[in-house]
Amino acid sequence: MKVDQSPLDKPIRVINIGLESFAEDLRNADIPVIQMDWRPPAGGDLKLIALLDRLAKEA
Amino acid sequence: MARSTHILKSSYYDSVVLMRVASQLKRQDDVTEVAMFMGTEGNHALLAQVDLATVKSKDAGPQDLLIIVVAETEACAERTTQEALRMLTERVSGQDSELDYRPRTLDTALGFLPDATLATLSIPGEFAAREGSRCIDRGLNVFLFSDNVEIEAEISLKNKARKKNLLCMGPDCGTAYINGVGLGFANVIKSGRVGCIAASGTGLQAVVCELDRLGEGVSHGIGVGGRDLSREVNGIMTRYALELLEQDPATEVIVLLSKPPHADVIAMLESLCSVMSTPVVTCFQGARLEGDTFVQASTLDEAAAMAACLVNGSDYVAHSFTEPQRVSALLDRVGNKAAGKRVVGLFTGGTLAKEAQLLLSKDLGFVAKSLEEESTHSVVDLGDDQYTIGRPHPMIAPEARTEKLIELAQNGGFASCGVVLVDLVLGNGSHLDPAGELIESIKILRNSYKLSPEIVAVVIGTEMDPQDVRGQIRGLESSDITVFRSNSEAARYAAMLALPEARTHYMTEAP
Repeated sequence: MKVDQSPLDKPIRVINIGLESFAEDLRNADIPVIQMDWRPPAGGDLKLIALLDRLAKEA
Repeated sequence: MARSTHILKSSYYDSVVLMRVASQLKRQDDVTEVAMFMGTEGNHALLAQVDLATVKSKDAGPQDLLIIVVAETEACAERTTQEALRMLTERVSGQDSELDYRPRTLDTALGFLPDATLATLSIPGEFAAREGSRCIDRGLNVFLFSDNVEIEAEISLKNKARKKNLLCMGPDCGTAYINGVGLGFANVIKSGRVGCIAASGTGLQAVVCELDRLGEGVSHGIGVGGRDLSREVNGIMTRYALELLEQDPATEVIVLLSKPPHADVIAMLESLCSVMSTPVVTCFQGARLEGDTFVQASTLDEAAAMAACLVNGSDYVAHSFTEPQRVSALLDRVGNKAAGKRVVGLFTGGTLAKEAQLLLSKDLGFVAKSLEEESTHSVVDLGDDQYTIGRPHPMIAPEARTEKLIELAQNGGFASCGVVLVDLVLGNGSHLDPAGELIESIKILRNSYKLSPEIVAVVIGTEMDPQDVRGQIRGLESSDITVFRSNSEAARYAAMLALPEARTHYMTEAP
């Protein structure tokens, strides 16, 4: 059950999508972090998102 | 009563920001309700469910902010709406001054941090699986705080992550530690030799804080989300986490926390752990397994103590209280004041609530999960969905407990209550002064309602947490609130107050 590449071996460098306080806590601990300005894709229209994802997959 | 609806077009705000502003505005005496939501399908359904939807509110789309205010007068509703807009504008201009660029797309973010290793996601559940999947596609481990992710999506995400040797922690993962870095609601702890795998955020917090008090630290704390050990998910991430910790040179003992796993999953875990060289301490909340594959703990603090003994090579001695003399003195002081009376638990941590409920029921019999039956003992998880509709989690906003205490006082719920049992969970992400909020609420009970039940609090925190754990405890104790550092001890003490016969058992024998 040996795992070849352990995700635990890598230093933590974070992309934070959502709550800004999570990024602030990481920054305070000197962890490199990028806060994303995330917004719902395709205006939050779930049907349109599914369609776009399907098109992207086919492309 | 007046009701106003305001729609702010194309303005996305995350839900916690909105709930914080709404919660602050709701404190005004002439305001009954403030609902601030993005106009997603789920939120429209929620508004209809709580009878706040209006004819106009239906016009808000997923990218539009909806503000609904119910107040005594139209003028008050309008003033509150304007105040909400002002508070949000102030936040946005505050962000601009930080001068840090916020990319709109994942690929741009990766351009800025090309060696990123992990993504933390706390966005609405309906979008979380898609974004999580995109992160995994780009080779990022995922900490998925979001809940309301469908179980099929969870399975798919976890399988995808596993194939790429990546972690998918969650959905509904509140806390994790990777390489000593805390994620989400995390206490500040030192690195050490105990590796944790947890299907519960507050459970993990309780264990790492107890380890910290015992002088031990954590190598990694891998969150797996509450459903990982269900039959459907079949422990995809727990298995992977066990494999990772087994080969991790820093980990000498593993602690595995979960509600009782499905029988099939237990068999799989036993088979996996039986060939591992690292000992595994389990805490499966109320479930005790046959066999000796695991070192089985009954409570969270016992799991931590057993793990600490294993890494130190010392013998574990079961005990009910770490300071029996102090407890004895406390019992002498209180006497039989609360004997035969009701215990009411108001918790912010779900796993802590469950553990308290299990422990109390051993001595007191039936313990309800809600406050509806006034004559029974009750332990309520205020973080449960039914109490958090449209408001922040009580670990962020502990005023939810104040409101519940006052509501109980107003409707006579304290008539037969002798003990109030509460938790205060410190650490990053949590409220900065939960003790202050609790102290104020107890003052209201004592001064305005002339109620003086015994108040018993468990404080989960470390010396390095931002809240100043010692200051919090000092404040509580000077307000005549009895403080314990372990959840099980607080629950046992509460049980002894309500049932003096239990004292013989707990004060003379191990649990």
